[in-house]
Amino acid sequence: MELIDLTLIWVLLIGFGVFMYVLMDGFDLGVGILFPFAPSEESRDEMMKSVAPVWDGNETWLILGGAGLLAAFPMIYSVFLPALYIGVFLLLAGLIFRGIAFEFRFKATTQKHWWNYAFFGGSTVASFAQGAVIGSYVQGFNVVDGRYVGGAFDWLTPFTLMTGLGVVAGYALLGVTWTIMKTEGRTQDWAFKLAPSLLVIVLAFFVLVSVWTPLTNERVMTRWFDHINWLWIFPALTVALAAVVFVQLRKRAETLPFLGSMTLFSMFYLGILISMWPLAVPPDYTFWDAASDPGSQLFLLIGFLFLIPIVLGYTAWTYWVFRGKVKPGAGYAGH
Amino acid sequence: MELDPLFISRIQFAFVVSFHAIFPVFSIGLAAYIALLEGIYFKTENPVYLKLSKFWIKIFAVVFGMGVVSGIVMAFQFGTNWSNYSYAAANFIGPLLAYEVVTAFFLEATFLGVLLFGRDKVPHGMHLFSACMVAFGTFISSFWILSANSWMHTPAGVEMVDGVIQMTSWTQAIFNSSFPYRFAHFALASFITGGFVVAGVSAWYLLRGWHQEISQKALKMCVIMLAIATPLQLLSGDMHGLNTLEEQPMKVAAMEGLWETGTGVPLLLFAIPDAANETNHFEIGIPKLASLILTHELDGEVAGLTSVPREERPPVGVVFWSFRIMVAIGMLMIAVALVGAWKLFRGTLYESRGLLTILNYMIPLPFVAVLAGWFVTEVGRQPWIIQGIMTVGEGLTPSLTGWMALFTLIGYIAVYTVVFASGLFYLRKIIIAGPKEDEEDTASDSGRPKRPWSAVSPPLGDAPEPARG
Repeated sequence: MELIDLTLIWVLLIGFGVFMYVLMDGFDLGVGILFPFAPSEESRDEMMKSVAPVWDGNETWLILGGAGLLAAFPMIYSVFLPALYIGVFLLLAGLIFRGIAFEFRFKATTQKHWWNYAFFGGSTVASFAQGAVIGSYVQGFNVVDGRYVGGAFDWLTPFTLMTGLGVVAGYALLGVTWTIMKTEGRTQDWAFKLAPSLLVIVLAFFVLVSVWTPLTNERVMTRWFDHINWLWIFPALTVALAAVVFVQLRKRAETLPFLGSMTLFSMFYLGILISMWPLAVPPDYTFWDAASDPGSQLFLLIGFLFLIPIVLGYTAWTYWVFRGKVKPGAGYAGH
Repeated sequence: MELDPLFISRIQFAFVVSFHAIFPVFSIGLAAYIALLEGIYFKTENPVYLKLSKFWIKIFAVVFGMGVVSGIVMAFQFGTNWSNYSYAAANFIGPLLAYEVVTAFFLEATFLGVLLFGRDKVPHGMHLFSACMVAFGTFISSFWILSANSWMHTPAGVEMVDGVIQMTSWTQAIFNSSFPYRFAHFALASFITGGFVVAGVSAWYLLRGWHQEISQKALKMCVIMLAIATPLQLLSGDMHGLNTLEEQPMKVAAMEGLWETGTGVPLLLFAIPDAANETNHFEIGIPKLASLILTHELDGEVAGLTSVPREERPPVGVVFWSFRIMVAIGMLMIAVALVGAWKLFRGTLYESRGLLTILNYMIPLPFVAVLAGWFVTEVGRQPWIIQGIMTVGEGLTPSLTGWMALFTLIGYIAVYTVVFASGLFYLRKIIIAGPKEDEEDTASDSGRPKRPWSAVSPPLGDAPEPARG
């Protein structure tokens, strides 16, 4: 019966979904985080227009993450969400405000600045909450018999505060390099100026997390130092990548800084998964403990194998349709 | 003060799901209408249809946006407040919701981008294709979510093993017995909602003498569709009710306000149900009619609420009155749609100020009817979260306290109030501005018309903002 390990396939699939979400919504949340710092209202228009056709599809990856967890790893779904109850509310409220800001800001005239705040505030709070989720995953949960039994604010610690801020900085870096790629003129100049300092801040958070994580989590400490012979490659690659991005920014390259920042983010992401593997609900439950019935995993897998490539296909197609620079002053939805 | 997390979570779920439900029910109908308009325009190249489509796409973008953001909340509600239910039912509802995301949500979200922003960037046929994909996506989405919802009312194809649902048959579970009726009833409700909103707005323009040509076209299309869809809705509702009588007799007993099992049961037009004393006050009814409707026999037997213990009865008052509100609005809709069709046939529809005024004022009614219908079916399922298998109390998140639930309830009410108020404000602005003479001439991102003559269009709600920066 156990010819193929469905659970392992699902770890890879959900990992891929969350990864897509982090990368794709990462840059459009980042554009929101940078909003108040943009040099002019015209720049804000351009920045928002650059993500307007795709943000909705990007956020769908988050829903896929939620529904995918429920389907393949119900224990993760039914422990993380109660444990992060207040944080999840903040995440959702943030996503709501930034989501409606897209529609309403372009239709507003005198109230436009309110929607700027909504877009900035919503994006920042949502990014922070996502960082705190990652931090709580590393931190672990108070679980008995597969049910969360901790309090409402167990998730909020100095460590998760830091991972929250780290993700805000990281998304801002993705947002600024996206802006470089999608705009020109004054907006692009501003983004080029801002990007190196954001890169430095992100690296500072990287160092901070790397030092702090093994200190909060003994298991991670053992993992790291038992496998130091090959795990050193992650920090080394991260530093090398950061150097590449830095040099490319200096050279005013338009696409490479964005791709480099994306890769940087992928390294962080892989690093966390490898450090925590095979735990799904730390400290006690592995992905295999948290899995749903193999029949259900298989039922969904068959569809996914056909559907995900189709989804990726038409997603790539829309990015192709909306490729190139955003033109200042071009209409929004033909309004 | 003792706060009950179960009660507050139920209020919260009712609130967020009701708020969410009003957007998809409208956008499903509207998406199909837009796809139809784009299709006619593709075929005939008559610019009237393009103008209509562009106008309704603007409305659609706002409504769909509000639907998306309130829908993200729903994807996480099951876990935050109902984690025991999610854990127990994950083997079935998990794959269904995940299929909904990959077959519908991505389709809608991605092609909506092309529908809104891609008219000049893709070939005309591709743009029409995108409009169709958005409409198609909204239908696929309701297929999965209504299947999951129906299964909670009429579970099949599963067994409970050690507190967890295990699948025995996917086809029996997905196509459970109430699903076809619920799907038909909901799909018709979407068309009717979309139809009455488009008709109401068009009637408003006609009353003011604005945008005559396109409003007449739109109104004509809606009236014909509504004259067919509203009587069909009565039929689908009746069939849905017969299924409920078989599967969830206590819901029907609550809908009818029937306490004692009996034959020749009257149809109550008015009553104040009294759960404590297991009776009704101030009853006004039509003898034997409920038996006739439900069993199709004058002396058919209908089970009453007292046939089960108190703790297995749904709250009667809410179900009883929601049902009457839904049916009353439905009857009014049939009457208005048929009168409209008659006037259209006689050629007097566009001059009938009385009917146009009624159509205009009826815009909110389909939403009220849809919510009332959901209240009937969902409250009527109580105390079960999965009928006969798990109660709502057993499904609650164990770590949830009353204060946590109250915090988020107040939070969602605050957030949604802002969303709803601004949504209505901008929708009103779009409707007042009306379909533009030539869409390409205005760029509202700066609030200023690009060319002087397009400034002739009706004024917007507030003044253009001077350029900054």
